Amino acid sequence: MSDVQLIQGNEACVRGALAVGCRFYAGYPITPSSEIAEQMVRLLPGIGGVFIQMEDEIASLASIIGASIAGTKAMTATSGPGFSLMQEHIGFATMAEVPCVIVNVMRGGPSTGLPTSPSQGDVMQARWGTHGDHPAIVLAPSSVGEVFDATVRAFNLSERFRTPVIVLYDEIVGHTRESVALPDSVEIVDRIQPNSDGSEFWPKRAAADGVPPMSAFGDGHRFHITGLTHGERGFPTNDPQVAEALITRLHRKVEAHAEEIIEVEVFMMDDAETAIFAYGIVGRSAREAVLRARADGVKVGLIRPLTLWPFPYAQVAEAAKQVDTLVVAEMNLGQLIGEVERAAVGQAEIVGYLRVDGEPITPTALLNVVASVSGGQA
Amino acid sequence: MTDINTYLREWTMPHVLCPGCAHGIVLRSFLEAVDQLQLDPDKLAMVAGIGCSSRLIGHVDFCTLHGTHGRAPAFATGLKLARPELNVVVLTGDGDALAIGGNHMIHAARRNIDITVLMLSNAIYGMTGGQSAPTTPEGAVASTTPAGNTEPMFDSCKLLIGAGASFVARVFAANPLEMTKVMADGITHPGFSFIEVISDCPEYFGRYNNIGGGANMLSWMTVQDEGVAGPLSAKRFVNHVPITVLSPALATGVLEREVRPVFSGIREG
Ligand code: SF4
Repeated sequence: MSDVQLIQGNEACVRGALAVGCRFYAGYPITPSSEIAEQMVRLLPGIGGVFIQMEDEIASLASIIGASIAGTKAMTATSGPGFSLMQEHIGFATMAEVPCVIVNVMRGGPSTGLPTSPSQGDVMQARWGTHGDHPAIVLAPSSVGEVFDATVRAFNLSERFRTPVIVLYDEIVGHTRESVALPDSVEIVDRIQPNSDGSEFWPKRAAADGVPPMSAFGDGHRFHITGLTHGERGFPTNDPQVAEALITRLHRKVEAHAEEIIEVEVFMMDDAETAIFAYGIVGRSAREAVLRARADGVKVGLIRPLTLWPFPYAQVAEAAKQVDTLVVAEMNLGQLIGEVERAAVGQAEIVGYLRVDGEPITPTALLNVVASVSGGQA
Repeated sequence: MTDINTYLREWTMPHVLCPGCAHGIVLRSFLEAVDQLQLDPDKLAMVAGIGCSSRLIGHVDFCTLHGTHGRAPAFATGLKLARPELNVVVLTGDGDALAIGGNHMIHAARRNIDITVLMLSNAIYGMTGGQSAPTTPEGAVASTTPAGNTEPMFDSCKLLIGAGASFVARVFAANPLEMTKVMADGITHPGFSFIEVISDCPEYFGRYNNIGGGANMLSWMTVQDEGVAGPLSAKRFVNHVPITVLSPALATGVLEREVRPVFSGIREG
């Protein structure tokens, strides 16, 4: 039995988080993500959770990292300017390997930008926003139902790999209301606990998959957590070999499991001569454009990544071998188009359709682009 | 009384402090307080920021979280709310707590969350090489105030009382027994406790201002701790000041102690 409800994307995010076991929320008000906090404060206390409104986004992410270290699944949500402030602690959580989930409901930027308008301008910030070499896991849902699923997945990947996971969607997905069937239960992944006792526990000694077991403060393992480069025992060091081993492992644990992390919708690609590459809300317009073009006999398909990072290079490369043209549609001045070009390595012509005026990319607009590149009427 | 060394991760030695730095004395007084209170090391979480004082937590055998510059009160807030049975102690420096972390500090105080903050104050940034801090007295020389500081300094205790901290005290590294007593009081106080520990930095502040080495700075401290009448305390302290300029006197002792509702987040019951 599932429960059909008319809810907006931001509410679906909360439902997904609670279903997968989130019991701590800290955040700071910002449009267009504030509904997440407003729902959390109503729902968390009744199920044994804790809510706090912090003094800024830096503190919000710090406090959910603290809660996670105490053994509680925790998340925060924000939008562009707040996401910029969170970069410091995205780096800390990556280095200290603390599971946590950050939702960024994208709005127009830079700076205060267009607070109530959609954008996909934070795709590269989600990948490279914090300093230093670091891995990133970033999910990009397109609909209210997918926001629920992506939030569940974000927690599970975060626990699985001991790393922060970012859920990236835009103002339209956050505020659109849709009927969705929420499942009664979801898959729940918990961080692996150590099986050694207090004195033998080295908090950064990884298992074969590159992920160290994680104890919580208060559970009897007294250990040290630091953002400084550290060895397996968790203590700072300048040893070049240890430094390299740590940074390499942080990457390896994500990159080596890219297949497990990456999700891509491949739609009507079997005989496609043109493909649209689009994600998030643009992915929905693109799907509609594909259906309309197909009705007119135009052989077009869709590549829609639900995981932006790690980037689905293999899937894009395969599509590029097949089609003549790849249309990359983004609500930014071209952020993932560069990755598509890297993946395609000249196998297909890459055409960008980019928009930064705060208005959505419509199916009709994409239909026209497809028509012009496929040389016919659509 | 337990051997204090049992609270140390002795294998992490040698520590990172310079010879003569008073931070080690402060740490010992804290460990004596932990011992007096018989705190369970498994349930004692220490959270620190960035700086010489913050690095101390690496050497103690508790649950230790070395966070980011200035943000320790925010990390501590999440830890405490998610796991109220933990005793949470923030160890921070004056630059960490009052400059980059000022916002987090005043809001943690305002909420009256049940954590204890030990701010080791030495009027300078030691770890980065001796730059001026919000606690640097006017006239004092630092690497970024070569002609003497021209900015007024914070009175951190007044700031924290104003922000709503329910336990506020100022103690001296030169007075270890009092430090231990006040720290124990702060840890057992229900609510937000802020203790400014006047420590020192002989390596930079002492050298730049010709105050001498660690021993000189400690004995100088005791001389400055004079009993005078004041609204808040029995004692006043003139911070490490070069001879030419008189900086504002700072009240010492326990300056605020009031039992107020403790914040534990928005939660059931
Ligand atoms: S630089 Fe100053 S504060 Fe830091 S350890 Fe040396 S003497 Fe102590």
